[in-house]
Amino acid sequence: MKRRLLLLLPLIGFLALSLFLYQGLSLNPFHRESALMARDFPEFDLATLEDPERRVDRSLFTTGELTLVNVWGEWCPECKREMPQLLDLAHRHGVRTVGISWKDTREKGLGFLEEFGNPFEINIFDPDNELGFELGVFGAPESFLVDADGVIRYHHVGYISPGEVRDKILPEVEKWR
Amino acid sequence: MALIRTLLTPLVLLLLAGAVQAAAIEVREFDDPIMEQRYRSLTASMRCPTCENQAINDSDAPVSADMRDRIYLLLQEGVSDIEIRDHMVQRFGDYVLYNPRLEGRTFLLWGLPAGLVVLGAILVALIVRSRKTASAQALSEEERARLQALINRERTE
Repeated sequence: MKRRLLLLLPLIGFLALSLFLYQGLSLNPFHRESALMARDFPEFDLATLEDPERRVDRSLFTTGELTLVNVWGEWCPECKREMPQLLDLAHRHGVRTVGISWKDTREKGLGFLEEFGNPFEINIFDPDNELGFELGVFGAPESFLVDADGVIRYHHVGYISPGEVRDKILPEVEKWR
Repeated sequence: MALIRTLLTPLVLLLLAGAVQAAAIEVREFDDPIMEQRYRSLTASMRCPTCENQAINDSDAPVSADMRDRIYLLLQEGVSDIEIRDHMVQRFGDYVLYNPRLEGRTFLLWGLPAGLVVLGAILVALIVRSRKTASAQALSEEERARLQALINRERTE
């Protein structure tokens, strides 16, 4: 009798494998951890959106304060929808935010901030995806939390909903602040 | 005639659409055929981060174009294939490699199939051996003698 039961082993193995593969079907391939997690914010040297004469670099993120970095573009509709949440984070929750104006023109970028509000302390102007490439950005919006020492601690791909501010962003902010 | 037109128009449009798509991926000139080959195999071996399972040599997504640009640039600078792969993985993660690198985290991925084949072979060998000994020991000495006696009787009658 015992030997008979052993014959069921392959079937059980098959079912376990099927279950494992089946749950893979419902995974979102965009929900993967950034390769830069727990690594230093990359080096860069770019002008700001606000002032073409002013250059900024990595030292922007080693000021001893946690920073939310948001990659945005005027051409990106999700970014517009996201602005109220970022304004809320910056003004109500006191999170320091820095923008990366990504693959955009200066004119359009400034127009965007005028129209949808400006939660950012400063905006890095990255029209040619120089910094974006170093960050592994593959679409806008994307957001990173950078801790006081300039280490990337959290990565969010895509639009941040008001619910996600509450359930994901704020807990992470508290965790790394 | 009208029938032919209704049949042909979508076909022509389809062909045109194909031409437009092909134009979205740039053609690069290489002086060195080896470098061209390396460029081709590198861009074929990396997955576009934002498309559903497309290689970057086959995708017109902006990020794929930027990755191709970077690979081209690094090749011109004389960077090795392994370093170029590492360069991309550092920025976009292991996701971009169709063939994951062999390391602590991925040894199961590479080792499991081979391990299962070995395990199967061991199991088959064990079963075959146990069957052999079982058939050899199926009859006791006494039973075998009786069997032989019965066979002999059958023959003599």
